Amino acid sequence: MSKKVIVIEDERNIIEAISFILSRDGWDVVTHSNGHDAIDAVRLRKPDIVILDVMLPGKSGFDILQEIRGDGELGQIPVLMLTARGQEKDREMAQRAGASAYMTKPFSNAEVLDAVRHLATV
Amino acid sequence: MATLNVLVLVCLSYVALLFIVAFMADRAAKQGRARWLRSPVIYTLSLSIYCTAWTFYGAVGFAARSGLEFVTIYLGPSLVMIGWWWTLRKMVRVGRSQRITSIADLISSRFGKSNSLAVFVTVIAVIVLAPYIALQLQSVTLSFDTVASPDFIATKDASGQQATALWVAAGLAVFTILFGTRNVDANERHHGVVMAIAIEAVVKLIALLAVGVFVVWGLSGGVGATLDRIDASPIATWEVPGSRWVGLTLLSAAAFICLPRMFQVMVVESEHEDHLRMASWAFPAYLMAMSLFVVPIAVVGLDMLPADANPDLFVLTLPLMEGREGLAILSFLGGFSSATSMVIVAAIALSTMVSNHIVMPIWLRSTGGSAIISGDVRSVAMLARRLAIAVILFLGYLYLRLSGGGSALAAIGLISFVGAAQFLPALMGGLFWRGATRSGAMAGLGLGFVVWLYCLFLPSFGPSGILPQTVFENGLFGMSWLRPYALFGTEGMDPVMHAVLWSILLNAGSFILVSILSLPQPIERLQGAQFVNVFDHSSTPGGWSGGLAQSEDLMIMAQRIMGARDAQTLFAEEAQRQGLGGYLPEPSPDFLNRLERELSGSIGAAAAHAMISQIVGGATVSVQDLMAVADETAQIMEYSSRLEAKTDEQARTARQLREANEKLTQISVQKDAFLSQISHELRTPMTSIRSFSEILRDTDSLSGEERNKYASIIQEEATRLTRLLDDLLDLSVLENSQVVLNQQSGTLFDLLERAIAAADVTGKLRIHRKPEREKVMLNTDLDRLTQVFINLISNAGKYCESDTPELRIKAETRDGDLVVDFIDNGEGIPRNHQAVIFEKFARVGETKAGGAGLGLAICREVMGRLGGSISYVPGQAGAAFRVRVPMEAGQHVQAAQ
Amino acid sequence: MRRGPPTIFVQERTYKRRRMADAARMLPILGVILFMIPLLWSDGETGPDSTRTAAVMIYLFVVWAALTGVAAVLSRRLGPEEDTPEDSATEEDAG
Repeated sequence: MSKKVIVIEDERNIIEAISFILSRDGWDVVTHSNGHDAIDAVRLRKPDIVILDVMLPGKSGFDILQEIRGDGELGQIPVLMLTARGQEKDREMAQRAGASAYMTKPFSNAEVLDAVRHLATV
Repeated sequence: MATLNVLVLVCLSYVALLFIVAFMADRAAKQGRARWLRSPVIYTLSLSIYCTAWTFYGAVGFAARSGLEFVTIYLGPSLVMIGWWWTLRKMVRVGRSQRITSIADLISSRFGKSNSLAVFVTVIAVIVLAPYIALQLQSVTLSFDTVASPDFIATKDASGQQATALWVAAGLAVFTILFGTRNVDANERHHGVVMAIAIEAVVKLIALLAVGVFVVWGLSGGVGATLDRIDASPIATWEVPGSRWVGLTLLSAAAFICLPRMFQVMVVESEHEDHLRMASWAFPAYLMAMSLFVVPIAVVGLDMLPADANPDLFVLTLPLMEGREGLAILSFLGGFSSATSMVIVAAIALSTMVSNHIVMPIWLRSTGGSAIISGDVRSVAMLARRLAIAVILFLGYLYLRLSGGGSALAAIGLISFVGAAQFLPALMGGLFWRGATRSGAMAGLGLGFVVWLYCLFLPSFGPSGILPQTVFENGLFGMSWLRPYALFGTEGMDPVMHAVLWSILLNAGSFILVSILSLPQPIERLQGAQFVNVFDHSSTPGGWSGGLAQSEDLMIMAQRIMGARDAQTLFAEEAQRQGLGGYLPEPSPDFLNRLERELSGSIGAAAAHAMISQIVGGATVSVQDLMAVADETAQIMEYSSRLEAKTDEQARTARQLREANEKLTQISVQKDAFLSQISHELRTPMTSIRSFSEILRDTDSLSGEERNKYASIIQEEATRLTRLLDDLLDLSVLENSQVVLNQQSGTLFDLLERAIAAADVTGKLRIHRKPEREKVMLNTDLDRLTQVFINLISNAGKYCESDTPELRIKAETRDGDLVVDFIDNGEGIPRNHQAVIFEKFARVGETKAGGAGLGLAICREVMGRLGGSISYVPGQAGAAFRVRVPMEAGQHVQAAQ
Repeated sequence: MRRGPPTIFVQERTYKRRRMADAARMLPILGVILFMIPLLWSDGETGPDSTRTAAVMIYLFVVWAALTGVAAVLSRRLGPEEDTPEDSATEEDAG
C-alpha cells in the first residue's frame, strides 16, 4: 500500500504540480486548501507525510504545525513546510515549531520529491 | 586806652595770622598731609560758628535783660547735637551721597531738582541773613568804638557809629572775599577757612572763659560770692515765661539745623560722617562752656557798671573798667573772631547758593550753554561769589542803617532765627516724609516767609519804618485780624513767639496740605525715596550698617534663588571666615556685597541689589536702580520668552522626532511586511511556472491535453507575474508622486463605457446604469480615472459571490464633486476588513487567481492624485465603493505628498 | 572699649549696638524733658520765695553736663564697625 501525503496549500496550480510529481512517484496524494480545518483533514486522512504551506487563508501554517505537534496521535508525523516569503526568520520559526523539513518556493520538482522520500524513511 | 590805630593793627595782625593758618591748611590739604585737618575736633570747632557776636556779646546782654532765658539759644542746638542719630546723621549722609552744596541745593534736590525752589530758598536765605549780618556789624562797630573811645562806657545812643559800621562792613567784605573765594572747590570745601574758623573758635572760647574767670574770681571773689550776687541781682528769680522757654529752645534748634552757614559747616564741609559722633557730645560741651559765665558776667556788669551801660558790651567793658587792657584786647579779639567767622561762613554759603542757583543758570542760559570752557565758568563763578559777598554785607549794613542800629543784639538775631526756621518743614519733611512734594514745599516756604516778613522782619524797622503806624494799629488794609503783632486776633503775645507760632504753623500746615493734595513728579518721588531711605542704599564710607539685615531672611532668599545647598555652603563659608560657627554669618557689608554678586549671577545685578536692600531695610531704589531693574527685567523677559520659544521648539522637534521615529518603525515594519508580501506574490506564480516547466521538460509520457493544460498554467502564471510587476511599478510611481497627470476632458458616460469594456466582465456581471445621469463633463486625467473604474468593475466581477452577479453604477453631483457609486449584490466586505481593504496586499477571503491585492491600494493612490477619494460604503446591498472626483480636477489636485 | 576682643560674639555686639542706637535716639527726648522741668518750678507765687535763678542755673548746667557725658559714652559705643582699625580721629586717609 502506497504511502499517503497530504498537501495543504491554497494555490491551485501548486497543488496540481505537487500532486502530479508525487503521484507519478507512487504516493497517495490528498489535498486541502485552507487553514481553518486543516488539522481536521490531517486527523481524518492520517497521512504519512504532511506538506504544509506557511501562508494559508484562515490560519497560518505555523499554527497548524503546532496543532499537529500538540496532538498525541499525530505528533510524530513528518511535516515539510513550504514558504514563499524566503526569509531567514521563517526558517527558524519553522524549526522551532517542529517542522521536519523546510523548503522555499519556487522549488524544483526533484527537491520536493527527494525531501518527501527522505522524510518517509525517517 | 588803646587807640583806634592800635586796634586796627591788632585786628590786621590777627587777620594775617588767620590767613597764614588758612594758607598752610590749604597747602597741606593739597599735598595730602592734612589728616589732622580732617579730625573730628576741627569739625566740632567749626560748628562753633553758631556762636557769633550774638553769643559773645549778646548773650550777656540777653541775660542782663531776661535772666536765664538766653540759655535756650544754646539748649536747642545741644539737644539737636545730642539727638544726632535722628536728624543730623541723615542730613550728612544725604548731603554726602547726593553731593549737596548748600541747603538750597538740598531742598531743591529733594523736590525733584527744582531750580525755581533753589532760587526761592536762596532769596529767602539772603533776606534772612541781613539782620544777622547787621548784628555782627553792630557788635564789631560797638566793640571798636568802645575799646577805642576814651570814655569806654558805650551808650545806647550811637549816632556816630554809622561811619564805623560802613568801614567794618567793607573790611569784612574784603576779608571774606580774600578768604572764601580764593578757589572754587569742586566739592565746595574750604580747608583753609575751616581751619581758620577752628582757630577763631578756640580764641573766642578762651576769651569768654578768661573774662568769666576774671569776673567770678577777680571781681566777685569766688563761686559762692558770685551766686550771692546773682541772688541779689535784678534777675535773681526764675520767671521765664513758659512759652518763650519752650519756643526759643525749639526755635534755636530749628535755626541750628536750617541756618545756611550751619548747613555749610555741618554738611558741606563735613569730611566724614563719623565726625558727627564726636561733635554730638563735644559741641554741646562747647556751648555749655560758652554759656557758663554769661549769667555771672551779666550780674556783675549790672552791679558794677553804670545803669546806662550797654549790657551787650559787658564782656568788653568789665575788663576795661578794671584796667585790664590785655584781657580787653583778648575779649575784643574774641568778639571779632565770633563776628568774622560767622560773616565768612555765612557769606561763603550764601554766595555759593547765589552763584550756583541764580547766576550760573542765568549765565549758562545767556551763553546758550554751548561754549562752556571750564576756565570761563570758574571765573564767572568766582566773580559771582565775590559780588554776592559784597552784596550780602551791604544788605546787612543797609538793615543796620534802616533799623536804626539801636536794638539789642539778641532781638536782631532772633529775627534771623525765625526766618531761617522757615526752612524746617521743607527740610524735615523732605528727609522723613516721602509724600512731601515740591508744590508743598513751595507753598509752605512761601507762606511762612510772607508771615515772617509781615510779622517780624518789616516791623523790626520800627513803627515808622517800612510798615506805616496804621498797619500796626488797624492791620493791613484796615483789617484788624491782620495786625502784624496780633494775627487772627492773637493779642498780647510776645512778638517773636507770635511770629514763630503763625509762620511755622502756616508753613507746616500748607506744606503738608499741599503735599497731600498735589501729585509729585516721578523724579520727586525717586528723590524722595532716596532721601528718606538714604541709609538703606547709600554706601558712604563710614561703616554705618544702616539697617541690620536679618541673616536668616537673607538665607531664606538666597536658598530660593541659588538652591539650598549652594546657599548653605556660601553662608557657612562666610560664617567660618567671620570666626563664627553654624550657618548664619553676620550681615557685614562685605558679605552683603559678596551675596549680591552671587545672586546677581542668577537674577541679574539690579534685581539682586533690589532684593538685598529689600531685606536689609526698606525698598528704595535710585533712578539708576530702577533703570537697571527695568533693563534686566526686559532682558530676563526676552530671555525667558526665547527660552520658552526654544522649549516649544524643542517639544515640537521632539514630537516630530517621535513621530518620525514611529513612522520609521512603522515604515520598517511595513517594509518588512511589504517585502514578505512581494516575495510571496512573486514566488507563488514562479513556483507554478518552475514546477510545470520542469514537468513539461522531464515527463515524456504527457498527453497532449496535459501538455496543453500545463503550458496554459505557465502562461497564466507568467501573465499574473507581469501584472503584479505592472501594479507594483504603478503603485511605486503613484506613491512617489512621480506621476504626471494628463488632463483631458470627457464625459463620465464615455469613461464608464471604456472601463466596462476593458474590465472584460460581459456575461459574468450584469451592469445597471442610468446613462442620462452620466452626461457629466469631467476635466481630469481620464486614463487614471478609467483605471480606477476598471479595477472596481473587475473586482465586482471577481468577488461578487451572488448567483446572478449584478453591479449598479450610480452617478450624481454633490458639492461640486462627482460621486460615482459601484454597488454589487454580493455579500459585501466583512466589517473587520473594511478598514484594510485599501492597504497593499490586503485581500479578503480566499485567493482567487490573479488578485495580488494591490488594486484598491492603487485606486486610492490614483484618487488622491486626482484630488478626489475612494471609500467603502458599508450597509449597502453588497460591496459598495464610492468614488468622489472633483469636476474641475485642476483646482483640487493636491500638492505632492 | 571699642576695641575689645575682635570678632567673636559679633551677634551680641550687633545687638548691643542697636540698643546703643536706641539710647542715642532717646537721649534728646530725655534732654527736652529735663530742660523743661524748671518750668514746673516757676508755677505759683512770685516773690522772695520763688525759684532762684542761681538754683535753676546750677540745675541746668548739671543736666547739660550729664547729657553731654552720656552722649560721649554713647557716641563711642556707636563707633564705626570693624572696618576702622585705628581710632576714629585718625582713620581717614587722604582722598
